[in-house]
Amino acid sequence: MTNATLSGAVAEHYWVKDHHPQNGSLFGFWLYLMSDCLIFAVLFAMYGVVGSNYAAGPAPKDLFDLNLVAINTAMLLLSSITYGFAMLATARGHKVHTLLWLAITGVFGVAFVGLELYEFHHLIELGATPQRSAFLSAFFALVGTHGLHVSFGIVWLVVLMAQVHRWGLTAVNRRRLMCLSLFWHFLDLIWIGVFSYVYLMGVIR
Amino acid sequence: MSAAELHDTDPRHVHGHNEPHHSDDHHHGDEAPHGSLREYVIGFVLSVLLTAVPFWLVMGDVLDSKLAIAAIIIVFGVVQMLVHVVYFLHLNTRSEGGWNMLAIIFTLVLVVITIAGSLWVMHNMNEKMMPSIHEMRIAP
Repeated sequence: MTNATLSGAVAEHYWVKDHHPQNGSLFGFWLYLMSDCLIFAVLFAMYGVVGSNYAAGPAPKDLFDLNLVAINTAMLLLSSITYGFAMLATARGHKVHTLLWLAITGVFGVAFVGLELYEFHHLIELGATPQRSAFLSAFFALVGTHGLHVSFGIVWLVVLMAQVHRWGLTAVNRRRLMCLSLFWHFLDLIWIGVFSYVYLMGVIR
Repeated sequence: MSAAELHDTDPRHVHGHNEPHHSDDHHHGDEAPHGSLREYVIGFVLSVLLTAVPFWLVMGDVLDSKLAIAAIIIVFGVVQMLVHVVYFLHLNTRSEGGWNMLAIIFTLVLVVITIAGSLWVMHNMNEKMMPSIHEMRIAP
């Protein structure tokens, strides 16, 4: 098929308007997530290799409180579905509902980070600091990197709420909401690996 | 190929709702990236089940075999990751004209090589380098 077979309007549509920034940034953001995935793969690999080097220190069984982890997991999963509801409100063009669901998502996110900080504080008080053993170094590096991602996600969420509040659900803001949606669900996906591999499998070991 | 066919298959126009001449496929445009309420609810219910069962197995001390529990945790974790990718990240073979799928397959290959390769090599090294109790006793 050549360009000559396209009528004028269609030709303009497909060839002149080829530059389509929206999809460009969504695909670019997807590639960023894939590279982030590799960062976590390296951290998981490191945890897998040195995760049982306790240096005569505490093991996962002595440290992890699964009730806390279960609540944390619930927070992140709930924040995932509430972000989904925000996206559905965006698709309907409902600004107030979008902001409401984003706020609820933010509250769950803050609860998650808060509980994780509480857990870290508790571990450090017990003397289970990152310096204690290779297992704890790898644990803090992996779980801390994830927590840092969620924290930056919350900052992004708050900024985006201000943007939506000020400018409404414009095309640009919809694109930003899409990107944060990918980011937020991706972090929940990484957390599945963390609670399965680090916490649950750590405790039964 | 007619213009209509071209329109439907062109990946660059998944996000058509901002251009006026795209109004006819508004629904089609919204469907792929945003998902539907049904998709989110299915994804959420599956995730709750796939999370609750491993936690129950470990916390309730249901099974005797640690190997079986570990296998179930891994299988359920992998399945839940797939559920998230399909129902929350809305990945399918059509998103971004297939490039999203290609990127994630490439990434998964690298992830598997990184994790499985590290565990294999380092485990092997530990086995070969770690002195056994017997050797330690005769060491100077």
